[in-house]
Amino acid sequence: MSTDLSNVEELAISDYKYGFETDIEMDVVPKGLSEETIRIISAKKNEPEWMLEWRLKAYRHWLTIKHEDQPHWANISYPAVDFQDIIYYAAPKRKIELKSLDEVDPELLKTFEKLGISLQEQKRLTGVAVDAVFDSVSVTTTFKEELSRLGIIFCSMSEAIQEHPELVKKYIGSVVPYTDNFYAALNSAVFTDGSFCYIPKGVRCPMELSTYFRINTSGTGQFERTLLIADEGGYVSYLEGCTAPMRDENQLHAAVVELIAMDDATIKYSTVQNWYPGDKEGKGGIYNFVTKRGACRGNNSKITWTQVETGSAITWKYPSCILQGDNSIGEFYSVAVTNNHQQADTGTKMIHLGKNTKSTIVSKGISAGKSNNSYRGLVKVHKNADNARNFTQCDSLLIGDRCGAHTFPYIEVSNESAKVEHEATTSKIGEDQLFYLRQRGIAQEDAINLIVNGYCKDVFRELPMEFAVEAQKLLSISLEGSVG
Amino acid sequence: MLTVKDLFVRVEDKEILKGINLEVNAGEVHAIMGPNGSGKSTLANVIAGKDGYEVTGGSVTMDGMDLLDMSPEERAREGVFLAFQYPVEIPGVSNATFLKTALNEIRKHKGLEELDAMNFLKFMREKMKVVGIDEKLINRPVNQGFSGGEKKRNEIFQLQMLQPKLAVLDETDSGLDIDALKIVSNGVNLFRSKENAVVVVTHYQRLLDYIIPDFVHVLVDGRIVKSGGKELALELEEKGYDWVINPEPAAATV
Amino acid sequence: MENTRNKEYYISEFKKTEQSMNGEASSAFHQIRKQAIARFDEMGFPTVKNEDWKYTNVKQLFDFDFTGGSAGVVTKKDVDALHIKGLNENIIVLVNGVYSEKLSYIKKQNSGIIIENLNSVLKNNPELVLEHIGKYASIENGFTALNTAFAKEGTVIFIPDNAEVKGHIHILNITGEAGKHILTQPRNLIVTGKNTKVNIIESYHSTGIEENFVNAVSEVVVGENSSVEIYRLQQENSGSFHINRTQAVQARNSVFTHYSVTLGGGLVRNDTNVLLDAENCTGNLYGLYLTEGSQHVDNHTLIDHAKPHCQSNEMYKGVLNDNSRGVFNGKVFVREDAQKTNAYQSNKAILLANTATIDTKPQLEIYADDVKCSHGAAIGQLDDEAVFYLRSRGIGADLAKTVLIRAFANDIFETIENEAFHEHLNNLVFEKLG
Ligand SMILES: Nc1ncnc2c1ncn2[C@@H]1O[C@H](COP(=O)(O)OP(=O)(O)O)[C@@H](O)[C@H]1O
Ligand SMILES: [Mg+2]
Repeated sequence: MSTDLSNVEELAISDYKYGFETDIEMDVVPKGLSEETIRIISAKKNEPEWMLEWRLKAYRHWLTIKHEDQPHWANISYPAVDFQDIIYYAAPKRKIELKSLDEVDPELLKTFEKLGISLQEQKRLTGVAVDAVFDSVSVTTTFKEELSRLGIIFCSMSEAIQEHPELVKKYIGSVVPYTDNFYAALNSAVFTDGSFCYIPKGVRCPMELSTYFRINTSGTGQFERTLLIADEGGYVSYLEGCTAPMRDENQLHAAVVELIAMDDATIKYSTVQNWYPGDKEGKGGIYNFVTKRGACRGNNSKITWTQVETGSAITWKYPSCILQGDNSIGEFYSVAVTNNHQQADTGTKMIHLGKNTKSTIVSKGISAGKSNNSYRGLVKVHKNADNARNFTQCDSLLIGDRCGAHTFPYIEVSNESAKVEHEATTSKIGEDQLFYLRQRGIAQEDAINLIVNGYCKDVFRELPMEFAVEAQKLLSISLEGSVG
Repeated sequence: MLTVKDLFVRVEDKEILKGINLEVNAGEVHAIMGPNGSGKSTLANVIAGKDGYEVTGGSVTMDGMDLLDMSPEERAREGVFLAFQYPVEIPGVSNATFLKTALNEIRKHKGLEELDAMNFLKFMREKMKVVGIDEKLINRPVNQGFSGGEKKRNEIFQLQMLQPKLAVLDETDSGLDIDALKIVSNGVNLFRSKENAVVVVTHYQRLLDYIIPDFVHVLVDGRIVKSGGKELALELEEKGYDWVINPEPAAATV
Repeated sequence: MENTRNKEYYISEFKKTEQSMNGEASSAFHQIRKQAIARFDEMGFPTVKNEDWKYTNVKQLFDFDFTGGSAGVVTKKDVDALHIKGLNENIIVLVNGVYSEKLSYIKKQNSGIIIENLNSVLKNNPELVLEHIGKYASIENGFTALNTAFAKEGTVIFIPDNAEVKGHIHILNITGEAGKHILTQPRNLIVTGKNTKVNIIESYHSTGIEENFVNAVSEVVVGENSSVEIYRLQQENSGSFHINRTQAVQARNSVFTHYSVTLGGGLVRNDTNVLLDAENCTGNLYGLYLTEGSQHVDNHTLIDHAKPHCQSNEMYKGVLNDNSRGVFNGKVFVREDAQKTNAYQSNKAILLANTATIDTKPQLEIYADDVKCSHGAAIGQLDDEAVFYLRSRGIGADLAKTVLIRAFANDIFETIENEAFHEHLNNLVFEKLG
């Protein structure tokens, strides 16, 4: 009779739409990691001495971390990364000083157009300011002037080191110190670029800020570093998107993102992560090992992480909030989809330190194919964090019978006035729902998309409009072939 | 239009339907009555193509097409509509999105142009009036938080929207008060035409006061034990199902 | 305190025991003990680096030289006071870890039923023990290894197919001797055949105030169409260490129900694990812990769904006062084959004092797709408004709290079908809170 969900998954994975490679002349530092590599990177970027020193300290610390002390989780397996087999710096050759978009290599602009972000279009139509990071360096930042009139600094990390060293020096590593973990140490040593943003006191950033990341050159690792500061009463909504070409090899992406919100400031950080996930057999794909953390330093500050994770062969990612200020709020909304052989281990940490702090966690995991999808989270209420509140909702949806869904929530409470609630469910995609939609003429695959999108509504609602639409599209692409 | 021939169906090793024969022509309304557990929903679900039923013998065709060989959505696009006994809730999917998708899938299949948002809205508003459905319900997720009556009304609203060839209504009257029953029946009666057909599944006679059937079949323990005109329903109401289950010797020739 | 004590001490104790044995040292059973002590030598005691022991540090154990004690320190009167009304048909008493025939009472049972001390079964019917022991509670940490290495005392309950057990079976453990720190390592084996039913009470008490160490392991086999209920009550003094491991394995259509009630003890760690190893099984794990002072109570549970069409229900509730600390780690594991699994887990705690701590980690690990699993965890405090409401009706603050705590625990009480146990637990809770 009708197709059974269990004997499906026949359809081939849809082509990874962003799997093209761009042919541009690149300036590449040869493979391998040593103090020398770091000195070259720092020199190429014309960095001040303190920056180089900081990198070297991080590198020396990294050397002391034993490889077996690399983060390893019960539900993730992958071959060891050879850190000497990675290119740590690759930049388009023609990028020197860009005064306007016209100076950008047309090939590069075409690449971004293929990605669906025409910088020109963006500039004219949407009013979203874009910083684009191509392999290792930031290519162009649009809207700079408009923003600078408000006192907002939005530029590449390299530029920030040159132009605003005092801010960078003050905040870099203040949320994620290089001693934090293996990949944070590595990133601190070799990071090449990323975005920097500073919202001054009382300023509400009038447009969405956005960065697109792309890994292009073969054998490169991408180690970007993003630093976002919202000073007293500031507000910013920041979007991040990522793609990479299709390759047989595994490429490493080890980014660090630090957010700092002062009194009454709000930061919304949204990610649509669509790195190449590898092919149907699990060959190739990006290792996405990212440290993202926000500090609600000020009273009444708020940080919201929203993420839609559909790509990468392996994802480890725990965007977290340190709720230091009284009445501060941390939120985490996540959709993570895995198909074929993908592995995702993602979640958040909410560390309640201040009084009357609140956190909300909504995580929706969807596993299909032979993939494994885990939620791993920590809610910690410290002794002095009176009246802390947390609500966690953590749901997993299973499509097909060869995938896995796992939930590892840690809850640590040391204050009697805390209220912490955690709810989790795991279930198969509803057969009755599927049949209902099909009975009305909707094809099985579309029916699954509708159901899954409905299931993720609570998270999509948190995304800016354009991103929500893109996220829905990605979701359906990523689930294609999960049933047939 | 619909021909069910000698249909045998099992669920988890249990024989539920034991040789059903049914011929429904365009323009006709057939009522299938029977006690709880006799297999009425099973028959409706098998016609629509629900998983979990094993057809061990017989055939189901519509205008010569072998329905059993088609996926649920293909059947729906060819004009099979099932009003569910228990409409399922689908969180996060708005009624409007769902209906627009369904309607356009069916239109595409018929070679018609897809309706754009404006025209869809216009069409939907018209139909909403027919079944008196509240605008609020349209923007809510499919069936979520609907009362029993609202769910049933929503089914008939979809019937009006999708205009199928064959409508199978499974216990659409259950849970409705008399006013709602009239509205729902009106929706069905407006749908009736020379080109389409309706199969009404119920175990009460009450609905048949409003949707007057041309034929009534009595389903007991997986078999149609008696067929007749609309007066059979009244007779059943009066005498109960025992009357057909343990008939007088003369009537035992079905 | 040197760490040498922590491992070598027990290994040398093992050698001493071995030397004092006669023929027994060559028995098949003793070979199991020898393997176990070798495993213990490899593993030692778990440390907080081990994810499963992250929140429970056992290093205080090494402050004491635990030894055996004598059976004569407890009188019949002491024991009688611990009998539980309505659950006292069969009583097995272990004093300082050693079976006391004098204080025990076992009803005459139907033929084939064994309710006996492990040591005597090892003599009369060693095959029975060999067939089962260590087959279910595999050695995953030093404590299980240690218990296996010293296995001698404990209770064997064997119920053949279709046999009817008369009355409840109460295994009563009393530990303590003036001036000594007693170590007991009871090893229980409960094996039921088809179509049987048994209710077992396992209670732990101390005499005196000395720090003692109970390291217990129970293995439970629930036969086809059978039902086993265990009520474990921990009521030791506040200096005691109690490490418990219970491992149940279920056959088709069986029901296993376990209550873990912790009211006493200083450092308590319970590992309660169920393997649903055939279709249509139901596993129920319930727990209630009320802690105060500097008690540390760690409940680890594992519900392993290995086969389809099974269900599990788990509910743990804790009330923590003073400086006490609670840990709950509940894992529900659904294997690839275990379709149509229905697993429900809930874990709630209230903190009564600012200095109390709770760490909880409910885990779902699911490899089958046609399942319904959920877990919920909630941590909070007594509802101030409710306390006020009761007080405004003239109920004193303390009683108001007691009433509300009892109400909080009510979800657990509602699951208890055995009236005598229901009644007894109710008394215990009021006594503890009173
Ligand atoms: N999914 C199912 N699994 C097991 N038995 C079923 C299932 N669906 C229906 N049945 C059984 O089939 C018989 C007919 O059910 P159904 O078609 O729903 O009857 P009716 O609609 O006439 O009340 C009943 O005995 C019912 O229990
Ligand atoms: Mg029915």
